[in-house]
Amino acid sequence: MLKVRDLSVSFRTEQGIVRAVDGVSFEVGEGELLGVVGESGSGKTVSLLAVMGLITDPNAIIAGSIQYRGRELVGLKSRAMRVLRGKEIAMIFQDPMTALTPVYTVGWQIAEQVLAHQRISKAAAWQRAIDLLAEVNIPKPEEAAHRYPHQLSGGMRQRVVIAMALSCNPALLVADEPTTALDVTVQAQILDLLHKLRRNHGSAIVFITHDMGVMAEIADRMLVMYAGRVVERGTKEELFRVPMHPYTQALLDSIPPLTGEKPRRLRAIPGTPPILLNRPPGCAFAPRCAQRFEKCSAEPELGNGERAAACFRVTA
Amino acid sequence: MLLALLQRLGQMVFVMFGISMLVFLIFFATPGADPAARIAGRNATPEVLEAVRKSFGFDQPFYVQYLTMMKKIFITGDLTSFVNRGWKVVPAVMDTVPVTLSLVMGAAVLWVVFSLIIGIVAAATRGSWIDKTLMVLGLIGISMPVYWLGEMLNLITQSRYHDTWMFSWVPPLGYKNFSDDPKGWFLTLVIPWITLSILYIGLYGRVLRAAIVESLQEDYIRTARAKGLSEARILLRHALRTSLVAFVTLFGLDFGALVGGSALLTEVVFGLQGVGKLTYDALLNLDLPIIMTTVLYASFFVVMANAVVDILYMLIDPRVRTA
Repeated sequence: MLKVRDLSVSFRTEQGIVRAVDGVSFEVGEGELLGVVGESGSGKTVSLLAVMGLITDPNAIIAGSIQYRGRELVGLKSRAMRVLRGKEIAMIFQDPMTALTPVYTVGWQIAEQVLAHQRISKAAAWQRAIDLLAEVNIPKPEEAAHRYPHQLSGGMRQRVVIAMALSCNPALLVADEPTTALDVTVQAQILDLLHKLRRNHGSAIVFITHDMGVMAEIADRMLVMYAGRVVERGTKEELFRVPMHPYTQALLDSIPPLTGEKPRRLRAIPGTPPILLNRPPGCAFAPRCAQRFEKCSAEPELGNGERAAACFRVTA
Repeated sequence: MLLALLQRLGQMVFVMFGISMLVFLIFFATPGADPAARIAGRNATPEVLEAVRKSFGFDQPFYVQYLTMMKKIFITGDLTSFVNRGWKVVPAVMDTVPVTLSLVMGAAVLWVVFSLIIGIVAAATRGSWIDKTLMVLGLIGISMPVYWLGEMLNLITQSRYHDTWMFSWVPPLGYKNFSDDPKGWFLTLVIPWITLSILYIGLYGRVLRAAIVESLQEDYIRTARAKGLSEARILLRHALRTSLVAFVTLFGLDFGALVGGSALLTEVVFGLQGVGKLTYDALLNLDLPIIMTTVLYASFFVVMANAVVDILYMLIDPRVRTA
């Protein structure tokens, strides 16, 4: 249902052009959950914001193709995009503490979205808001609807944000690290909730995270991003069992094991991600890669298959 | 909410008490100066001095003096100016209040309406030539001194072009009571309103634009966009709404100060006998009772305006209600 081809997002800055997303391609099938992992700055959020048409920076250049159910979204008029946004494609944001307007009750904010897309009465929209709050397991939804965001905890606010995203039964849900800002116990509740909602609504979900543990729990297929590019893709099982790209391997290694002997130190990935301004030629991960060899000074290609990795160790 | 409201009003009374205390101490208990001599004015005869001493209770302890003073101002209202030979101060101040209130309130309506329009339009078209033009105009408005602008407008509407069709409706300078002549009241005040409000239109327009542009960077604006709301709705219901706090704060402070006498220059230029003008005249001939009363009056207005602002906060920002 969503086909992204060669998506590039660049930002003009005073130092030059920064390619935050560079030739990213992926597909999401109906009802599927695609997980996108990568470090901060790997371009995962920016590419999904591009899908939502939410990159408002006048210095941004978006190239490539984003097709949603056969409709091209790149270059779509903002009015036409607005009709899709919130109704067919909805988004859950990372930080529930700041994602809600502080001066309106949460019920009002949910009803506002319903009213923006459906021709129903205000009372019906309010009732819908209460139903949605009940659906995301908020206790006493009638009362909660009258609460302001600052009166709710982070987990409750994230539920409100999710309820809002679900309000028009979107076919595609983009979740940008929806659990990162939450306590671990609340994280688990939110993940359970997403599971349940996925079963009930049948929405496809693109789930962004940097947490491999979360990924293991929910994803069908996965994309691993590094420095604005996709470095590996495949099903969750494939990626976790036989990671092909050294970066994916390193990500998995950096999870502390629950069983067996504890390592003396956590196996972190040395170094930091490259600065995307004027990136040097060759594999972007090479400077941090333990398995690099002479070929890595060239640019590795990501194959076209369902299972692929952009690494010469694999393709060679 | 109700509790917070009462609390705020209680605070206001307390602050006012503190201010009246402070004003009293400054005027009556400053060491090394005889308050009776100052109240009596220059070249006062010993008889007058003696009368002042008795009337203000200067032979009694401070708290009695304070109470006598407050009684004279608030209860009996018979505080007398000795400089102006028996002029009753409280009615004199009360006479000037409607003039100043008419001037400031009318100007406030103008400046709120126009600065809202300017701020919103500039924020909506940020970066474009409309935005830039509006901001430059705002800066010009802020930079024009009010006495200069007033005199210029007087020059145009009262003398140069008074006989043309454009300004023949402008009545001569001065104030007309609203109850006697509503039309005259309105017409005499139009030019002063414009004069006084231009500075604030420029200032508030610029402040509002900045506040809106800042809130447009917030996460909840992105959420609002993700909801599929129209840009107009995002601007008015989300960005503007959260920007009003800065606007209301400024408004409370400026309004209070203006009603308290800061509209002096406008009052002088347009011959309006307002609170500012009264204070100014009293300062010129060191009429202590009048100065004290207007100072008290002014500070009360500032405190009251601040209380109103705080109550408005509770209405526009739910986060303040519970605090």
